[in-house]
Amino acid sequence: MNAELRPIKTAAETALSAAFAAQKAQLPGMASAREAAFKRFEAAGLPHRRVEDWKYTDLRALMREAKPLAPRPDAVALARAKNAGAAFAAVEGRRIVLVDGVFIPELSDLAALEPGLSIRSMALAAGDPAIAERLGHVVATDNVAVALNTAFMADGVVIDVAERAALTRPLHLVAFNSGGAPASVFTRSLATIGKGARAMLIESHEGAPGNDYQVNTALELTVGDEAHVDHVKITGEGAGALHVSSLMVAVGAHARFNEFLFTAGAAVVRNQLFVRFDGEGTVAGIRGATLLNGREHADTTLVADHVAGDCVAREVFKSVLDGESRGVFQGKIIVRPHAQKTDSKMAAHALLLSEEAEADSKPELEIFADDVQCGHGSTAGALDDDLLFYLKARGIPAKEAEALMIQAFVGEAIDGIEHAGLRDTLIDHVAAWLKKRS
Amino acid sequence: MALLEIKNLHVSVDGKQILNGLDLVVENGQVAAIMGPNGSGKSTLAHVLAGKADYEVTQGQVLFDGEDLLALAPDERAAKGVFLAFQYPLEIPGVATMTFLRTALNAQRKKRGQEELSAPDFNRRVFDAAGKLGIERDMLRRGVNVGFSGGEKKRNEVLQMALLEPRLCVLDETDSGLDIDALKVVSEGVNRLRAPNRAFVVITHYQRLLDHIVPDVVHVLSRGRIARTGGKELAHELEAQGYAQYQEAVAS
Ligand SMILES: Nc1ncnc2c1ncn2[C@@H]1O[C@H](COP(=O)(O)OP(=O)(O)OP(=O)(O)O)[C@@H](O)[C@H]1O
Ligand SMILES: [Mg+2]
Repeated sequence: MNAELRPIKTAAETALSAAFAAQKAQLPGMASAREAAFKRFEAAGLPHRRVEDWKYTDLRALMREAKPLAPRPDAVALARAKNAGAAFAAVEGRRIVLVDGVFIPELSDLAALEPGLSIRSMALAAGDPAIAERLGHVVATDNVAVALNTAFMADGVVIDVAERAALTRPLHLVAFNSGGAPASVFTRSLATIGKGARAMLIESHEGAPGNDYQVNTALELTVGDEAHVDHVKITGEGAGALHVSSLMVAVGAHARFNEFLFTAGAAVVRNQLFVRFDGEGTVAGIRGATLLNGREHADTTLVADHVAGDCVAREVFKSVLDGESRGVFQGKIIVRPHAQKTDSKMAAHALLLSEEAEADSKPELEIFADDVQCGHGSTAGALDDDLLFYLKARGIPAKEAEALMIQAFVGEAIDGIEHAGLRDTLIDHVAAWLKKRS
Repeated sequence: MALLEIKNLHVSVDGKQILNGLDLVVENGQVAAIMGPNGSGKSTLAHVLAGKADYEVTQGQVLFDGEDLLALAPDERAAKGVFLAFQYPLEIPGVATMTFLRTALNAQRKKRGQEELSAPDFNRRVFDAAGKLGIERDMLRRGVNVGFSGGEKKRNEVLQMALLEPRLCVLDETDSGLDIDALKVVSEGVNRLRAPNRAFVVITHYQRLLDHIVPDVVHVLSRGRIARTGGKELAHELEAQGYAQYQEAVAS
């Protein structure tokens, strides 16, 4: 550690250093990658507002302390996890359950795996040189949150879907926090979807409102050529949680990729999404909806990097901000010199339901090719009084009229989800959020 | 008792006085036409009755069934039976017409202490009413008024009116934008709703509508007041002579 460079360590930084020194020997595999990643963290420290990418989400200020690494879940914790993910019953997915960051096969639905599907524990796979070779390389980044994840990752899943395999059921990764003592959880997963395969991966993160915990989760996803992949991440953590998520996606040629980020709950959320288009002719939809209240803070940071040309990407993010909440959207489209005929458009819309709520939006275009169609738009505003009056004049009470308008606003993004059961479930989530609000 | 009684109503918007001591009585069962030049305050009156917030009532009183209408929120007025067919119906993307209609109808029923309608019962009522107005089912599946033509929006207003069964129907230029056939369909829709315990305030610029919806009384609104009241023949007179005399009469 270089004392001249970073003289003042925060309590959280000090705790992380101590935890790494004390526990690195017990963490599974990848020892040299962990050391290197931790050095990266120690050099940079927790990202703060003077770091451009973290301008609106000052993790150093928001993360007062680092909770101790979560212990392996005991019988009580596992019992609490019995119904984890039940809110998504309509999806009829294959449950893959992580409790406090640990993959629990007994709670997971691993029977009769479809041909070409393999699901393994990351803790076990991390020692495998073939996995170590892939990890951290899907979309390489020096992002500090990812570095911390690499240093501390304890478990997660490794999912492989073979070429041409078509999964009939969605995979539903349930990341459950069991409560108990304050803890931090680091999970890392790797999903590789082969050429021409079809898969849907749903990730739901949940915990009880009173739980005091921190989550740093990362997923590296490879979408093969001609594959059709949907990834949907639902961040429904408990009200006290701090949740940092990194999603690294490499998409091949002539693929279809749909991403959806649904965020409601948690005190602080940072969802980072690094998507790289490696092959031509791919069509992608990257969407999200965020619902915040109270003093909640949620940040969506997206980088869509077009290395290959001739791809169509649509990004639509909607946030509904009530109370004193703060919604951040940072979106960058990069078009590399050879990525001609790229058609990438990004829109971020915020609906402010209170005077105290704040929306920050930072769209960026970095375009190095000349024959492209790229653009971005962002808006922030209140509900339209004239539309509300029209609804009220028909007998709909003010709160209900607002709810209808909010559902319509968010619905524009949710409608992009192809799976009907999941779409309905998320619409129910929005309705539940609205009910809690009134 | 009159259904609607407006006394000495003064209304301003953004500090600009628009209604200047308007008096108007509408009896149960009556069809009252209101005609008047552009900018005379007709839509303002309609919006004030429905409860739009931007309009400030500086003086006067509005009684609906003897009750102070101005003290009620817009949704409460609607539940009591006040309905405004908007001059410019709004588009609400993302709110399906059926959802909108069901939410409105059930909210009103709830406020009146009635049970919510079952889905089949509700659907039947909507499809019946829509069929009579020549509204395609496909349109009901779209967002409220989204992609509707001007005439289709007006029909949709009358559909809502038929479904909600209000006591007082205020139609603000429902005829504008309608072709000749649609004018007939819409007028028939309105005439079907005529009943002894329901009244209509029909705002229009054209005698033509009043050939179909024959009024009991015609009021001329000019410069924020009722400048003259007469029978249905008054509409013909206005069509021939215009409003020049009323503008001067009020000005002097
Ligand atoms: N929000 C507003 N701010 C300022 N002036 C307004 C506002 N709304 C209406 N007015 C003015 O009030 C006057 C009356 O408008 P209103 O719409 O009631 O007229 P109208 O009789 O319905 O006219 P038309 O026949 O053209 O529909 C007009 O001069 C109009 O410009
Ligand atoms: Mg008008």
